[in-house]
Amino acid sequence: MNPYDLSAADLDALREFGNIGAGHAATAFSGLLGGVVRMSVTDARLCRFAEVVDVLGGPDTLVVAVFIRIEGEIAGNMFVVLSTESAERLVDALIPGHEPGDPYGEMEYSALGEVGNILSGAYVAAISDLCGFRITQSIPAVAIDMASALIDIGLMYGSGEENQVLLISTRLMQGGREIQAHFFLLPDFQSAAKLFDILRGKMPSG
Amino acid sequence: MVEDQTEIRVGIAEGALMRGPGRLVTAGLGSCVGVVIYDAQSQLAGLAHVMLPQRPSPDTKVPQKYADSAIDWLIREIVQAGGNALRLRAKYAGGAQMFQGVKMEALRVGERNAAAVEKNLAARGIPVDGKDIGGNQGRTLWFELPSCVLVVRTARGDVRTL
Repeated sequence: MNPYDLSAADLDALREFGNIGAGHAATAFSGLLGGVVRMSVTDARLCRFAEVVDVLGGPDTLVVAVFIRIEGEIAGNMFVVLSTESAERLVDALIPGHEPGDPYGEMEYSALGEVGNILSGAYVAAISDLCGFRITQSIPAVAIDMASALIDIGLMYGSGEENQVLLISTRLMQGGREIQAHFFLLPDFQSAAKLFDILRGKMPSG
Repeated sequence: MVEDQTEIRVGIAEGALMRGPGRLVTAGLGSCVGVVIYDAQSQLAGLAHVMLPQRPSPDTKVPQKYADSAIDWLIREIVQAGGNALRLRAKYAGGAQMFQGVKMEALRVGERNAAAVEKNLAARGIPVDGKDIGGNQGRTLWFELPSCVLVVRTARGDVRTL
């Protein structure tokens, strides 16, 4: 059976997984940004690679991407992708003294890496909660460039010849600020079936 | 007079053949490599957006995705369309490492892609007229017929003409 065939119930489970992750992340962001942070899932589905690029605004749209590799019972690549506007709002909130339009230095890259780390960590925790697997994540790597150029390495090891990825889009609200972040999980080919079984609630827990 | 120009856009892991005049375009190459093989006299050119060095099996459904099978696919398409195998030449660009500071073999696939393209073109005796590989920036490229010029643009707006 193709691991990428999902029923309506599977998609509900996927959205629920998205909400669990967003819940974890909102708590962590409240600590980081100060004040109450609300997070919601605006989209959760499997999509073809070409669609991923459309979600991000086209193959050569300038975006900020954080790359994280996960290893363990489930192995794969994670990306957190922000528009340059959303990244600017985050950097503004996180780094005192940063003026809009200032070029990004080590501090800014580090702050964006931490945001990616929190978001991916929230989803790693959500997977672990669902099935009790131990999964480790790499330190985050941050780059600003063309959308397609940044995420192509994720796809290489991902999906065999199916070219599909798990997409969860979130919206984060803090004060009057709105930040949109797209989260992509590209399980390695051998891990895909296992991951989707977990999401469908078919794995024994604990 | 504005001429009605063909423009063919090639997506990631895809390939296309064009008869000139016109333009073959692929956007957002990171560690992938855009390979163009062409026969200037017949005004035929093919572009593949190559993602990995080697096909996993001889009967892959997506030959355009892998350096070895993509080059064979391009040669076959051009020859079938009436091109001359002995006149073929190539230009290619891409193979960057987009994420710095993380030591992970997986992130170095750009280098391996570029090496595989070079090796497979040499093995088939196709001369390379221009290449722009490596670095840590994404590239968008287009190949134009009849000029056989390959233009490479980065996200920061640098343009190179090969």
